[in-house]
Amino acid sequence: MSILKVTNLKKRFGKFTALDGVNMEVKKGEVFGFIGPNGAGKSTTIRILLGMLKATQGEARVFGKDVWADAVDIHKRIAYVPGDVNLWPNLTGGEVIDLLMKMNGSTNLTKREELIKKFNFDPTKKSRTYSKGNRQKVALIAAFASDADLYILDEPTSGLDPLMETIFQECVLDAKRAGKSVLLSSHILSEVEKLCDRVGIIRQGKIIETGTLDELRHLTRTHLTIKTKKHITSLNELKGIHNLEEKDSERTLQVDAEEMDTVIRYIAEFGILKLESSPPTLEDLFMRHYQGEEYSNSKIEGSL
Amino acid sequence: MVARYFKGTNQLTAFYFKQHRFKILVWLIGLIGITLSVASAYPSIYNDEESRQAASLTMDNPVMVAMLGTGYEMEEYVNSVGAMFANEMLLFTAIAVAIMSILLVGRATRGDEEEGRNEMVRALSVGRLSSVSAVMIVIVSTNILLAILTGIGLASLGIEGVELEGSLLYGSILGATGLLFASFTAVFAQVTETSKGTTMFSFMLLIIAYLIRAIGDVSSEELSWISPLGWTVKTGVFVENDWWPVVLSCIVAIMFGVIAFYLHSIRDLGAGFIAARKGKTHASPFLQTSLGLALRLQRTNIIAWAIGLFILSSSFGAILGDLETYFAENEFMQAFIVVDSDYTMTEQFITLLMAIMSLISLVPAVMVILKVKGEETRNLTENYYTRAISRTRVLGSHFLLAVVVSFIMQSLVALGLWSVGEVVMDEAISFDTTIASAYVYLPAIWVVISLVIGLVGVVPKLTGLIWLYVVFCFVVVYLGDLFDFPEWMNNLSVFDYIPQIPIDSVNFTAMVVLILISFVLSIIGFSGYNRRDISG
Repeated sequence: MSILKVTNLKKRFGKFTALDGVNMEVKKGEVFGFIGPNGAGKSTTIRILLGMLKATQGEARVFGKDVWADAVDIHKRIAYVPGDVNLWPNLTGGEVIDLLMKMNGSTNLTKREELIKKFNFDPTKKSRTYSKGNRQKVALIAAFASDADLYILDEPTSGLDPLMETIFQECVLDAKRAGKSVLLSSHILSEVEKLCDRVGIIRQGKIIETGTLDELRHLTRTHLTIKTKKHITSLNELKGIHNLEEKDSERTLQVDAEEMDTVIRYIAEFGILKLESSPPTLEDLFMRHYQGEEYSNSKIEGSL
Repeated sequence: MVARYFKGTNQLTAFYFKQHRFKILVWLIGLIGITLSVASAYPSIYNDEESRQAASLTMDNPVMVAMLGTGYEMEEYVNSVGAMFANEMLLFTAIAVAIMSILLVGRATRGDEEEGRNEMVRALSVGRLSSVSAVMIVIVSTNILLAILTGIGLASLGIEGVELEGSLLYGSILGATGLLFASFTAVFAQVTETSKGTTMFSFMLLIIAYLIRAIGDVSSEELSWISPLGWTVKTGVFVENDWWPVVLSCIVAIMFGVIAFYLHSIRDLGAGFIAARKGKTHASPFLQTSLGLALRLQRTNIIAWAIGLFILSSSFGAILGDLETYFAENEFMQAFIVVDSDYTMTEQFITLLMAIMSLISLVPAVMVILKVKGEETRNLTENYYTRAISRTRVLGSHFLLAVVVSFIMQSLVALGLWSVGEVVMDEAISFDTTIASAYVYLPAIWVVISLVIGLVGVVPKLTGLIWLYVVFCFVVVYLGDLFDFPEWMNNLSVFDYIPQIPIDSVNFTAMVVLILISFVLSIIGFSGYNRRDISG
């Protein structure tokens, strides 16, 4: 069942096209990672989903309702944490948490206290004195203490320390176990790898890749480290080889998934002493998509 | 030792001058400009003995003494325009200088520290006390410059009774009062942890000093000795020319300056001596409503305006009695003023007063609505709109608050004018008339409020234009007759349609039309606001 569905979403600000046909779907009980470089359109998409910006074209529905027309209704079941939390400077953290929770109609005081303790947060100080991390805790506590069905988290951990980040990850996994859905936009790729069932990559206002991490890995390259009895010749003439480097007697390289069979057969002829393979990290995926083909090409030329 | 604490003071002084030069320039030009232009206007206002005598009569009542200080003997006013000028201008100019010092010092010391700028400076090879000394050098130079320029400027006007020594004393006591409050602020900047706390404590001290002096000047002379502002008016500028208040102010300023330096040298960066108060852990049920939140966020501002308007209208009330006496006793005036209706001069004066006061009470009401735009700019409205709160509700609660504020402000204006007026006048104006003449302006205020709603909803980038319209209305009310504007221009000001009670009778048609216009404008605003992108 789909909780959030975006079809061919476009947004123009004057002449500038921020979103150029975004398609995305988040299913019930799933954590969806939304990644992309700065300015790719992540926050614009999220702001449209929250009914703050009006889409120029296309459709976005949450819980089957239109995000613009039924915003207030939808928000009763949504919890949102922005990357840059702005608070009213002369209210205390505790007051703001109560306010934010009340605005969504929920007042789960036990959960509030529990989270305040968990995040080690002092709610009695005025918001103007809070650091970035503490401001973020205010939004996180208000979000996870409310009884939402969809969590929209826009780079929610950018100011948290590693300890707090672990607690954040627990909160997300708890929500998932309770059957809630999460849309997580983040730059911390290890976090995305750990938490997300599926990932969508956005670049220049378009989703260029969606799928489970496994599916995405298939589309990309595997790292190989090899050592052979005989010196391998003309390896770089093979199709689908990238970032080839030679160090002592070892070679490291990346192989496109569809060329793997050919490459392994070829190197086997030289007598394999050592063969290590590792799946591509999300970071590799990310780099490849962000920087485009020019990056890997230039790297090959540079290394040989 | 000295080098260790003060290294880099010179560069920092230059830096602070550069950073605050515009503010300093505006303050100096404003203060000196107003002082000199008012002073040069005095000889023509009080050009003969009668007018001085009449004016001195208006000074000689407890309300004026409370407002302006003890003043001089009657013959001094008659002998010298200087005495009149000093009595009317010195105290309030001194307060303005104190405000300048408080704002500049608060901003440059605790303000810079709170926002982390000081941290970057202190990480460089500069001494522990360098930045605070640099700020002190800047503020001392500014006040000395003010004193000298004001003194020389006044003396050079060549007004009879404004001689050199008095002029220099006038400038010096202004500068000394400024220094005194600069040093108080410097101490508060060490003691409190926030710049808001620093300025708040300093302003509180200023207000207390004013009140103690007011009570002291009226009832017991000893009491006004406690207040620094009491010293200011004890100079007897242009008559007795006492210099000791200047000396006393400077000595106390130096004492507090030393205390500030000492406290600064022993404390941690970013820390204060009064720990920030612990706040509430929970939001009260009232704060959890949209209206409650809007009110809470603007509470301080609204209260400050309410107090200010009440004081202003009661001080106008205070001169009503003397105005009455002035018109009644002055045969000279009576001969020339044609009483063109059944209404007294005082009543005619009230209509103009009400128009001006209504324009002033419009300001806080407009600010209430502009807050919606301000919060959007600072990405605070996303806290509402990412939750189950509709745009209509947020804008609506600000609209309601603005209407309530306009009502409160107009009530205070009427109340201040009436309550004090009743005490000082022989033939007091009735409460009903006063309150009606204030409330009759409400529809015009609501039209302007709705206009802001329209701007916020439809053209959010142009919301600042509303101040131009407010200024325009003010010019039409205040100077419309003087400039002889064409009729269509006067018609552009909504305030022009308001009947001037008690001289005009209530024109219900005009009121209904204004309320209808207000409805239309706000509907346009609300629908625009519901349709547009919210940027934050």
